[in-house]
Amino acid sequence: MADATTPVAVAPAPTSKPAEKAKVVAPAYREYPTVPALKVDAMVESNPYVAAAVHNESVGFPGTLVDGWEQKAVAKMGELLGKYRSLRVYMDACVHCGACTDKCHYFIGTGDPKNMPVARQDLMRSVYRRYYTLPGKLFPKLVGARDMTKDVLDDWFRYYNQCSECRRCSVFCPYGIDTAEVTMAAKEIMHSVGLGHKYVNEIIGKVHKIGNNLGLPGPALENTLEGLEEDVLEDTGAAVKYPLDVKGAEVLLVTPSADFFAEPHVDSLIGYGKVFHAAGISWTLSSKASEAGNFGMFIGNYEQMQKIAMRVREAALELGVKRIVVGECGHAWRVAYAFWNTLTGVGAGANDPFAIQLQKQLDQNYKQPSHICEVTWDLIQAGRLKFNKEANDHRIITFHDSCNVARGSRMGDYAGGQFDIPRNIIRAVANHYVDMSEATTREKTFCCGGGGGLLTDELLDLRVKGALPRMEALNEIVQHNGVNFMATICAICKAQFTKVLPYYGFKMSMVGGVHQLVSTAIVLNNEQ
Amino acid sequence: MNLLFALLFYAATLILVGGVAYRVYEYARTPAPLKIPTTPAPTTTGGVAFRMFREVVFFESLFKSNLWIWALGWTFHLGLALVLLRHLRYFTEPVNFIIAFIQPFGMYAGFAMAAGLAGLWARRFLVERIRYISTPSDHLMLALLLGIAVTGLLMKFVMHTDIVAVKSFFLGLMVFEINPLPAHPGLYLHLGMVALLMIVFPVSKLLHAPGVFFSPTRNQVDNPRETRHLAPWAAKFEAKN
Repeated sequence: MADATTPVAVAPAPTSKPAEKAKVVAPAYREYPTVPALKVDAMVESNPYVAAAVHNESVGFPGTLVDGWEQKAVAKMGELLGKYRSLRVYMDACVHCGACTDKCHYFIGTGDPKNMPVARQDLMRSVYRRYYTLPGKLFPKLVGARDMTKDVLDDWFRYYNQCSECRRCSVFCPYGIDTAEVTMAAKEIMHSVGLGHKYVNEIIGKVHKIGNNLGLPGPALENTLEGLEEDVLEDTGAAVKYPLDVKGAEVLLVTPSADFFAEPHVDSLIGYGKVFHAAGISWTLSSKASEAGNFGMFIGNYEQMQKIAMRVREAALELGVKRIVVGECGHAWRVAYAFWNTLTGVGAGANDPFAIQLQKQLDQNYKQPSHICEVTWDLIQAGRLKFNKEANDHRIITFHDSCNVARGSRMGDYAGGQFDIPRNIIRAVANHYVDMSEATTREKTFCCGGGGGLLTDELLDLRVKGALPRMEALNEIVQHNGVNFMATICAICKAQFTKVLPYYGFKMSMVGGVHQLVSTAIVLNNEQ
Repeated sequence: MNLLFALLFYAATLILVGGVAYRVYEYARTPAPLKIPTTPAPTTTGGVAFRMFREVVFFESLFKSNLWIWALGWTFHLGLALVLLRHLRYFTEPVNFIIAFIQPFGMYAGFAMAAGLAGLWARRFLVERIRYISTPSDHLMLALLLGIAVTGLLMKFVMHTDIVAVKSFFLGLMVFEINPLPAHPGLYLHLGMVALLMIVFPVSKLLHAPGVFFSPTRNQVDNPRETRHLAPWAAKFEAKN
């Protein structure tokens, strides 16, 4: 389980397609990274499943599309315009310059013009102009303003569910307009009138009921962790512990629930445990907060996002931990790094009793929360971990920057640490590392194609097409450098690539976590 | 005609100043409840000021994004800035020496401005993606700006107007006196379009100018772990917890 050797996957052209999904075909690689010609309505058939009433209601939204939804949606937009400066400014500021038009992976993969970021924003901006600006009220045609109709709502549901909220467009916009903010607002509006997305709402329901996205109950979790301890003992001879709900542990590790049993995710979980073991740090997982992911962000709903984040605060207070560490998960790290201090007081620098209660308990010598990569890198720099780098010699490794880590968070002490620290770790534990084209890495990284709550089977066609730019960059170094392993620090990226790589002729085992590599090379104390 | 233009410019100035002030007030009072800087982002306020400076003066993000749009857009904006500065001589007496110094540059900046605008407009026809996203108002806005540039250049280089009288008209407006404006069709067109631009400014995409300063992805400091950031409406949820 720990270390599957990954054979070289050479892909001359993306022809491989599993038979049962004959409909879904990977687009051909572009000879040069040219901008695709527009294919109007190419993705008009791409719709996620609408949430059933029970799923909507379990998250506090109306079960089905409410009467008078048109007015209610417009009113909700007005409410959000008053609550979010981002939306307020971004509705006005766009000049239609077109700088973003070729930056979205879904546009590159599909050619559908409504997947150009500006066109996606305009689905909402046209309604904003109609109801909230004078020219839109007086001369709707002139400024491209539209009434809130069923056709418009259908387009919202289609195309706001073809945005993974990866923020690549916001890097390139001269005003920093972030389509993710618009998409989140659109989803919030749709949910508020009873038009929910099944996959996301089902998952949020599970988090509240069971504690994690995958619906893994406490006893099953305990079983899984015991199994891991046995496996690691057998593999390494070291009695590495994977503790659950241990009061008084120093570190509370909050990780995506996929880490508990999905491949290749679990190999990174094994790696975290080995790092804590080797460094002699006491740690624990929590059955209450057995999920780092926070799908509340995907639907732009502050209350849900906070409610989900509060589990972590409560677990930290109950267990009395000194440090909170987050596992390999992209959007979870954005929520943890950028939002937890706001939502729950996990952080520093508060002057209100709510946040101070927790911040007094936490050890402020460490960043709160810390990313597992920050923890590992600090230990490496302090000389507290030893590696047998040759153990990774069968791998030629590259690193895929996950969008939420790259463009929505940071690691370490300086801007851009989120790019260097994972790469530093890889170089510390392996001998062969190659970067992908710089137009597709660091803050210019392309989304895996499955983020933002789109990691669901009915959107597979979109996911395969959206992976095109990343697959092109990967293919280039597979051809030139024989790369056979793409490391990443995001549960969604791992699941998405596992599914999508075969469509491009690569082995699904090519993707894995950074701590999977750490796990392979780390020298455990018991062995000496 | 004199009275008409006088009233037009009073109204346009009121709408421009009042409208933009109101928009800025709206942007400023709307909270940004979460830390959302597009990272890597500066970790200090000084760093953010430097980032905004590069963004506003050099269009840094646009440069990274698309060299054509950047070259045309930056040429136009730089030209416009110089032309506007040059025009201050028609509103001030005595004329500041810096304004006097840039006169020759400002004159030719008019050509740069027109060329940039023409290029930006051509893209709206020639590039399929830009054609798709263009609305009639996008075209009209470029037509208006280009019209202002061309009529201005015509008066400077082809069919001169009595610029001394024009200056006395505007200096007069500032002390609520209406002096005669030269009867010149080019001048009427030029001034009419300028007034129209001032009027539509607060309700159009020209709001990108004040808007960029309020963009949370650009103006926020990347320090969420070090400082607690809480919007008033969001703080209310906390009481419930």
